[in-house]
Amino acid sequence: MSGSMDKKKMLSRSGTGRSAFVSVLAALLCILIGLVCGYLVLLAINAEHAWADGFVRILKGGFYDAPYGVGRTLANAAPLVMTGLSVAFAFKTGLFNIGAAGQYTLGAYGALYCAIVLHLPWYVGLIASAVLGGLWGAIPGLFKAYLNINEVITSIMFNWIGLYLVNEIIYGNGTGVMYDSRNTRTWNLRRMEGAEGVTIPDFGLNDMFQTNSTTIAIFLSIVVAILIWVILDKTTFGYELKAVGLNKHAARYAGINEKKNLVLSMVIAGALAGFGAGLYYLSGVSEWNPLNSTTLPAMGFNGISVALLASSNPIGTIFSALFISHITVGGSFLSTRYYPTEVADLISGIIIYLCAFSMLFRGKIAKLLSGGKRADKSGEKEG
Amino acid sequence: MAEDYVIEMLHITKEFPGIKANDDITLQLRRGEVHALLGENGAGKSTLMSVLFGLYQPEQGTIRKNGKEVQIRDPNDANALGIGMVHQHFKLVECFSVLDNIILGVEPNKLGFLQKAEARKKVMALSEKYGLRVDPDALVSDISVGMQQRVEILKMLYRDNEILIFDEPTAVLTPQEIDELMEIMRGFKKEGKSILFITHKLNEIMAVADRCTVLRKGKYAGVVDIAHTTKEELSRLMVGRDVQLQVEKAPAKPGEVILDVQGVTVPGSNHKKDAVRDVSFQVRAGEIVCLAGIEGNGQTEFVYGLTGLEKVSAGKITFCGQDITHTSIRQRSKDGMSHIPEDRHKHGLILDYSLENNMVLQRYWQSEFQNHGFIRKDKVREYSDRLIEQYDVRSGQGSVTIARSMSGGNQQKAIIAREIDRDPKLLVAVQPTRGLDVGAIEYIHHQIVAQRDAGKAVLLVSLELDEVMNLSDRILVMYEGEVVGEFDPKTTTVQELGLYMAGARKQGKGE
Amino acid sequence: MLLLIKYTLLYGIVLMLVALGGMFSEHSGIINIALEGIMVIGGVAGVLALTLLPASMPAWMIVVVSILAAAVAGMVYSLLLAFASINLKADQTIGGTALNLLATAVAVVLSKYFSESGSAKLNYSNRPFLFNIGGLELSVFVPLGLVLLVISFVVMYKTRLGLRLRACGEHPQAAASVGINVYKMRYTGVLISGALGAIGGMAYIVPPVQTWNFEVGVAGAGFLALAVMIFGQWKPFHIFGAAMFFAVFKSLANIADSTFLANLGWSSNIYNMMPFIASMIILAFTSKNSMAPKAEGIPYDKGSR
Repeated sequence: MSGSMDKKKMLSRSGTGRSAFVSVLAALLCILIGLVCGYLVLLAINAEHAWADGFVRILKGGFYDAPYGVGRTLANAAPLVMTGLSVAFAFKTGLFNIGAAGQYTLGAYGALYCAIVLHLPWYVGLIASAVLGGLWGAIPGLFKAYLNINEVITSIMFNWIGLYLVNEIIYGNGTGVMYDSRNTRTWNLRRMEGAEGVTIPDFGLNDMFQTNSTTIAIFLSIVVAILIWVILDKTTFGYELKAVGLNKHAARYAGINEKKNLVLSMVIAGALAGFGAGLYYLSGVSEWNPLNSTTLPAMGFNGISVALLASSNPIGTIFSALFISHITVGGSFLSTRYYPTEVADLISGIIIYLCAFSMLFRGKIAKLLSGGKRADKSGEKEG
Repeated sequence: MAEDYVIEMLHITKEFPGIKANDDITLQLRRGEVHALLGENGAGKSTLMSVLFGLYQPEQGTIRKNGKEVQIRDPNDANALGIGMVHQHFKLVECFSVLDNIILGVEPNKLGFLQKAEARKKVMALSEKYGLRVDPDALVSDISVGMQQRVEILKMLYRDNEILIFDEPTAVLTPQEIDELMEIMRGFKKEGKSILFITHKLNEIMAVADRCTVLRKGKYAGVVDIAHTTKEELSRLMVGRDVQLQVEKAPAKPGEVILDVQGVTVPGSNHKKDAVRDVSFQVRAGEIVCLAGIEGNGQTEFVYGLTGLEKVSAGKITFCGQDITHTSIRQRSKDGMSHIPEDRHKHGLILDYSLENNMVLQRYWQSEFQNHGFIRKDKVREYSDRLIEQYDVRSGQGSVTIARSMSGGNQQKAIIAREIDRDPKLLVAVQPTRGLDVGAIEYIHHQIVAQRDAGKAVLLVSLELDEVMNLSDRILVMYEGEVVGEFDPKTTTVQELGLYMAGARKQGKGE
Repeated sequence: MLLLIKYTLLYGIVLMLVALGGMFSEHSGIINIALEGIMVIGGVAGVLALTLLPASMPAWMIVVVSILAAAVAGMVYSLLLAFASINLKADQTIGGTALNLLATAVAVVLSKYFSESGSAKLNYSNRPFLFNIGGLELSVFVPLGLVLLVISFVVMYKTRLGLRLRACGEHPQAAASVGINVYKMRYTGVLISGALGAIGGMAYIVPPVQTWNFEVGVAGAGFLALAVMIFGQWKPFHIFGAAMFFAVFKSLANIADSTFLANLGWSSNIYNMMPFIASMIILAFTSKNSMAPKAEGIPYDKGSR
């Protein structure tokens, strides 16, 4: 498969102030259309309750049941920022990391193994999750660099391989050490004996939000997002990575080792996704279910939405992750008497579909802003 | 009595965002003539022909066939009017057979099922009649460029076209093949077919055309009878001023050997035979050595091997006395090798980077531009501004302009500024003037000669024989990956070079 | 052994149908990574048709109508991909991924809406789809698939449509220069892939079981079909072979517990993993001479030269 690089180039085009503004407007437009479509679906399912019991609850998100709901939004946003960063970082370097789900899976394993089996402190678990995620990300990178196989196809295959592998190890035919057969999940970190310090500290956040899984994870993810922004925007390393992503031939011409950079990109992207899983599971938001061998963690794919909505801007991923988390939590507050909670997934599905051609929106908005008189000299008219 | 025009394009205007590619252009083609369309790169020739062929719709103007106004909305309409075109870049599906390519779009069929037998008969008959030898079952990817052009011509004949457009058909041919093509054109003319011949080469027009319409910067510049004109007049019409056809330069004063290439072999792609075989030569300080040859005879791969983009499988490259055969691209660049690449979009620039980021592409890692891994953006800006000023690189917003939005000529100037400013010992320039207008070409030629006079070694790779003859101090001709002859531009002729470029002659080793 | 053949055929035909769909799309120049989602949509449409059709209807008519419903739904859904990637020139991989995510949400919302229990599980009867030959219980999708395979081959290599379709995937500018409408051809390719992918989705869900939880989608079968297509070098009969090869692993997973394989003590996870690993190994070895259509993934723009 020969992926189209053109659109990826545009996705990763670094933004000046004005183009950032246009990107934000385009994202808002995608969100608006997505929400309208969602409302129409609610109307179609049950017109009577569509506004108050449907749409408003989705819009309110976590605030519908504050502060508990807000806490949940934050707890879910932390891993989303990370998987979003993972996809965005890969986009910036010319790669489509559809493998965030698999890297996330491996990251979850790393974190849980450190916590449940080794009783290691939470920060070691986080490192382990990043290392395993990076390892899983390296595979598509190596396949692409040395065998010229498109990273998309490899990532997809290794998503599933990772899922089966992790499930097999954790479940271990029902006798795995990490497996709590009564709950058919991994052991609950907060109720596990001899496991003080394996969970990420909350510094009172749980009391504040009346939850038990709102930790400093969200702040850690924000710090990482800023770090990634600095790397991409300020360093020679970022200059090289972006150069490879935008034009690997020119990068090679300039003496940059494009294969090494490509693999490094995927390792970093994988580590970010794995780290996200660490934040999620070491916050104890939920436990891993090794009996589910048919669906990949949604966190990985939602990362794609987050990255697209943010136009791959690392700082933007913070906000778009908060938004996606917001409406997902909102969806869970839908009254199941009237509506399936998946309406929220439907909305984010529509938004990411729209994001796929948000370049078009961006072009249109840019034109509107400049009154259509901006005459971009298209470079190649000769020949 | 009105003149017998088979096709008339009257007052055609075609705009693209921000640019008027055709501005009120008129072209009238007589029945049974060879009509040349002359203009520089970017003058609007291809756009005009795309309008005639139905690929673009003009904003203004009319097209007439035999005096009657017609609408050409797509290539099907053009075909129905008997208009056929050999495109500059062949429109052939590589993994299809020759026959499939010829019938594509007008496939003989019963209820949608292909009937290839009758098509084959017709193709073979046409091939016989016009002496256009092809193998109908060969895959296009396996046949030579010359045969691909014959397939394109057969496509037009198979559709019984009577108006034949040739868009820059000679760029890929040797001088001898060009003569053959001219003969074929004359044959068509005898049959009563009308020919539009697009080119920027004056010699070819003088040789084969009856009349010539000249375009300049998207505008109509005039139509002339070839019998009553000269090359100088044509070039004046084309450029709008007198053109210095010769480059002014003093005799070379070659110094020490800078580059010494011994027996270099570079493997080809797809495990086919070696692209470059056993090439040996030297370049000295203060001289311009030119690698000439038809496209695809190993020049590109040789440069890849020389600059480190590809690995060489045999031989030795010595640069300023050091063996660099296996060193990295970065190391060669550090040692003083500059490279103006053949494809400025593929290798030369990162089109979505700003101009300033492109200006430091070869030196962003130097301590001048970075501090512990952090880019010193102020220094980058300073440097870029200086280059822009010094080399007159024009762009919309200066250093922060995205390279993609710049014109081809200014993109090339930016690359040349970047490569020359590194003060190299060896400048490798590959087709440095491809696709540029005369002003930019003159500028670049001047810069290259200036580098030579400053004592740099220059290796020029060019497909344009005029450029080769004008610029170089020594000429090496490559054919099928080998250097088949060395010439002094003062004592050789284009015809002689042509025989070597076509592989018809070869000098013995050690000559 | 009979069981192995049965499962291999069942699953192989699914992979083949979907991969054939992918083949049509890619030969026209559009990467169809949305096959997974199209399968889900086809599955939910077909199953809904089964549950909603009156039981008094003759069995053959139920089969025909529900398969048609699946095919039509798949074509409509694939229009979203066609529109995004052909008209709007969106990145085909991203657009396809979006449609995969959307498909599961659509399927769950629909099935919850229609199911009595309010869960995403739908119950249906697969009786009309099954028949027996010499003790081997097969579904109608097996003969249907084989017929579609032959038709696919003929269309691709013996007809005007096939020639033009392939030209658009290899060199759309060349196709346009001889008057072929590239947009129309690409739409055709994507629509065919929508129909075949959706029938494949139904063939995946309906024959083996009588109830399906749409929260699980089709568990990566669509992605595996993509690998089958690549392994099959974008050629119909090669795809058939590749599909059967992959299906053997899946069948092993299904029968692992009940046969001699149980002695090995391998869980179904390991067998499930095998086709994915096998496809990666095969891709690694065949990547050097890929027969992928040259222009796939690249949006075609009339204005570009």
